[in-house]
This record gives sequence, structure tokens and C-alpha cells, in this order.
Amino acid sequence: MSQTPLVDVRHLKEYFSVKSDMLTKLQLKAVDDVSFTIEKGETLGLVGESGCGKTTVGRTLLRLYKPTAGEFYFDGNLITDDNIAKYRKDMQIVFQDPYSSLNPRMTMGDIVGEPLDIHHLYSSKAERRDKIAQLLQLVGLNSEHARRYAHEFSGGQRQRVGIARALAVNPRFIVCDEPVSALDVSIQAQIINTFEELQEKLGITYLFIAHDLLVVQHMSRRIAVMYLGKIVEIAPADEIIYHPSHPYTKSLISAIPLPDPNAARERHRIILEGDVPSPLHMPKGCPFRSRCRYATAECAEQCPELKEIASGHQVACYHPQG
Amino acid sequence: MSETTLLQVKNLHTSFFTDAGEVQAVNGISFNLDRGKVLGIVGESGSGKSVTAYSLMRILTDPGRVTEGEVLFKGEDVLKYSEQKMHSFRGSRISMIFQDPMTSLNPVYTVGNQLREAIKIHTNRNPKQVRERALEMLQLVGVNEPEKRLKQYPYELSGGMRQRVMIAMALACEPDVLIADEPTTALDVTIQAQILELMQDLQKKMGMSIIMITHDLGVIADICDEIIVMYAGRVCERGTADEIFYNPCHEYTKGLIRSIPKFGARHEKLVPIAGSPVDLLNLPAGCAFASRCDCAMKICLTEHPEEIRMNDKHIAACWMNVKKVYDEAKEGEKQ
Repeated sequence: MSQTPLVDVRHLKEYFSVKSDMLTKLQLKAVDDVSFTIEKGETLGLVGESGCGKTTVGRTLLRLYKPTAGEFYFDGNLITDDNIAKYRKDMQIVFQDPYSSLNPRMTMGDIVGEPLDIHHLYSSKAERRDKIAQLLQLVGLNSEHARRYAHEFSGGQRQRVGIARALAVNPRFIVCDEPVSALDVSIQAQIINTFEELQEKLGITYLFIAHDLLVVQHMSRRIAVMYLGKIVEIAPADEIIYHPSHPYTKSLISAIPLPDPNAARERHRIILEGDVPSPLHMPKGCPFRSRCRYATAECAEQCPELKEIASGHQVACYHPQG
Repeated sequence: MSETTLLQVKNLHTSFFTDAGEVQAVNGISFNLDRGKVLGIVGESGSGKSVTAYSLMRILTDPGRVTEGEVLFKGEDVLKYSEQKMHSFRGSRISMIFQDPMTSLNPVYTVGNQLREAIKIHTNRNPKQVRERALEMLQLVGVNEPEKRLKQYPYELSGGMRQRVMIAMALACEPDVLIADEPTTALDVTIQAQILELMQDLQKKMGMSIIMITHDLGVIADICDEIIVMYAGRVCERGTADEIFYNPCHEYTKGLIRSIPKFGARHEKLVPIAGSPVDLLNLPAGCAFASRCDCAMKICLTEHPEEIRMNDKHIAACWMNVKKVYDEAKEGEKQ
């Protein structure tokens, strides 16, 4: 390997135990044996439908949840419970909902300043104030906003504050958990551009989690597709959108609502039958087989592993499509 | 009014009278809906698209009130109907499905119970026929094992299933118009595709008109014959899907189209619309979009642009179109 990837996740598992009634406990496999790497300065898009475990992946990496099994190497170092505190400064997260992720009783300045306080990143009050002002400017706000409270801001402005807070400690890696899905279209573009500019300027690595494929394919160099806790396909973004191979990815791509009437008329939507099975009662074998038109007896036996079908293009399917 | 026009909205104004002042949610919108057509209303949150629908259905809650305008259904003004007449009108002539199928079904009644209630209120069927109709409707909207579903409660169904039940309920009395308020926003991409396909299918089968309200330009490009773009309670632009997407004539529409990522064009930078949406409590004197518009001129700040007919399929309210004609005329004079 030429360069150590910044993020190297191996066989990550996150199981939750859920009470189904008074006596029995069920195991919910939110993330089941997920492995991927992200190079320095790269964006990996993580897509999938609600309940597929994409948010859990992001949170488990940051140890907001304790992983059930698996390893996470950050810049070559194995992250454990003992050393996570040291690496927290390098890994940050931007949450989906800019309304619930900012404390309504704190001023914007204090919200952005809190990470600075925790990590002792200033020597005087004046320096703290300057740093906050710089951070707010970096995300397109101004220092005057530092005195205001969350309710005085619009959704887009709040999300900018969320980004400024993540940037406060100079992280090398940011988990973006659906950062634009709560925002209006015209504001979405502002935030997407902000993320891109920050990456160009500061070389930050992103794990960009979203369900909107149009946004993900725009942001990411590579894309991983998740279904019921597993990565079913991972490839460079252009491969995923032009040559999807897993039947699930194919139908996802064909279902993107295209803002282009001619393209929408021409394309053929692959409609999946039925709903996503409950992760509490996972089918044996391939998790997708209950909705898959190509499923055979083999698929019911054992879950397919990720296999490389082209350079950098991995698929977990016994019947990959051309 | 032509033969095919089913619903005609004229200069509709709706306001919310709050403690902070009058919020002008809808400021004089007019449109026609033809029989068997799909009309899309697109706009960002607060643009007045849902309030327009609520006004048509007369389901606005206090402090909201229609302050001016007419809603003509087959030539009769719905806004002048008595509450009693409105009761039978809603659900049988115009019905509505909502964004969140989780909260729009009653959690303590079975699906069958709620479906039968809708049919009982609006038709004279006997109990046996009502039961049959309920079952038939569930089959029509593609619910698997319909007999079992009738006995289930909403919490036992998935989001996509619930939205199918809502559609079954809305269409049970064969309305002329179906208003769908963000029907797929709460659903996943593959389920969204199922529901859109179903709605297109049913529209062909039953021939009703649909008003599709959404913020998603992708959804609207897919299924609409005609599109209305709204901003701050006003119509910016109205035209066929092709006209709106390929020949936008309002700076706001142009901005919206520039700000969404294109499929496959990863390296193209997005051009966002600057600033944030207007405050409906203090609407500016001129064009509501002027403060965010790159091309704003003096007149945009003082006078609201009138709707101008661009061609027989397209109307837009933007001063830039007037300027264009003026510039062209001036250019012609020089030569």
C-alpha cells in the first residue's frame, strides 16, 4: 500500500439488544461486518434507506456507541476505549437536525467555543473570541452572530454553526450525518458548497452519510451502498451511478427523482417489490433476497461476501448484473 | 372558462392573524386545473404551497383565514359553501393525502374501520357493499394480503403501506381532484418510486386530476403536466414541465434549477441562491425575491411584477422579462 488510509474500518459490528416483550430479548444487527477505507482528503459517500445502519456506522466510529466487534484504525493507529479521548480532537461530527443539535440556551459563540474550552485551545479570552470569530467567518457567518441564540437563526445558518463547532478543534476527519436533508433546496446548495470549500482549503476527510443519491454522487469520490447493516456495493462514484452492479444499487439509481423531464421520461424505473424486512427478523442468507428478482437457492444459503469485480469496485452478490 | 377546466382559483389570499401580526401566507394566486391533468406546485418551506391546498379544502385552522378570492369548482364557488355542504364535498369531490402517513391515520382504529368510515359517509352503500368496496380499494392500491390488513392497526404497517392506505381512503369515493401534499417526502427512495408509480397508474385508470405539492423538483419533473413555482405566497412562474425546466423565465426558478446537483455532473459546482427566505410578516413592497436576486433592478424593489404571458404554455412574473423585451426593442432601434 502506497499510503496509509486515514480511516480504515475492519469488520465493524454493532448489535443492540432490544426487548421484544417482557421476557425475550432480540438482537438487532444494526451494523454487521462492515469494512471500508477512506484516503486522506477524500469523501466517501454512504447511502442507504432508513434503518440500514448508515448513521450507526458514523456514530460507532466516533465511539458514541461502543462497537460490538471490529477494529478502526485512524491514520494507522488502532482506536480503543483507552485512547479515544486523545483522538476525539481529530474526529468530529455534523448532525442531521440543526434544530435539535444546538443547545437553545447557549449563544452561538459558546456553542462554537465549547470544543475550544474542552481541549484548552486558547491562552486568553481575547484569543478565544478571535478564534470563534474566525470559525464563524470560515462557514460564512460573521462575528456578530456569536452573541445570538439558536432560535434567532434559520435552518441553514444553524447548520453552519454546527459545522463551525465541528471545525473548532481542527479535525482531520468529519462524519457528516445527513447534514443537508433538513434544509430547503436553495440552502442545501450553500451548505454543500461550504463543505467542498472547506475540504479544498483544509484537506479534511469526510464520511458523507445521506439518503439523497443526487447529493451523495455530487459530493463523493467513492460511494458505499448499505442494506440492512451490510455494505452491498462500494465503488468510485461514477462506477456506482453509471455501472451499478448489485440489483439493489441498480434499483436505487433508477429510482432517483431526476429534475429533468426528458431524462425522467426516458429512463426505466426498476420498482422493488415490498418493503425492507425488519432488522430484528433478518432473512437467512443475503439480506436483499426477499426483494430481489435474481434470487436463487444459493442466496438463501449464505450471505455473499464483498468481491472485487473491477478495480476498486466491490459487490456482495452471487448474481452481479452488468 | 373552458369545457375541460375543473377547478379555477382566482386571486386567492390567505393570512394567519397571529399575535406578532398578519402573516400573508398566500398573496393572490390564480390557476386553472383541467380534467385528468397533473398539476405540480413546487416551492420551499413557507412558500405557501400547503396553505393553498388547505384553503381549497377549507381545512385551515385558526388563526388562518382566506381573506380574498374565489375557488370555483365546476363553476361554483367552494368558499361560499355552507359547512354542511363542505362536509359532503370534501372527500367525495376533492380529497387529500398528507405528507406523514404515520400521523394522518388514527392509531386506535383498524385500517378497515377508517377505510369503511370514509366510504360510509360519502356513499349510500349497504354495510356489505361498504366492506367489499374497502377490500377492492386496498387491492387497487397494491396492498398485499388486503383481508388481513383490514383488521390491522396503522402501527402494524410500514410507511409505504400506510401511504397506500391513505391513497385508498382518498380515492374510495372516486373524487374528481386528489390533492397530494408532499406524499413521498417521508418515504425512502425505493418506496417513493413505488408510490409515484402507483399514483400515475391510478390517475390513468380513474381519470382524476391531481394537484401534487412538493419541494422536490425531481418528483415534479417525473409526473406533472403543468408546474407552478411559488415563492412567498405568490406564483413566480407557471407552465408545462418542459417549459419550466428547459426555459425558466423567473430568476428564482433559474436559481432553484442551478442549485440542485445534476446526475453524473460531479465536477460542476453548484450555484446556490444567496441569503435566506423572506419573512412573511414583513413582505417587501416589490418582488419578494428581489433581496436574494442577482439581477434585481430598481423597479423590483418597489413594484411587484405582473404575470406576463411568455407563450401559450408559459406565464412568468419577473421584471427581467420586461427588461429583455425593452432591451431587444432598443437594440432594434439602433440598427
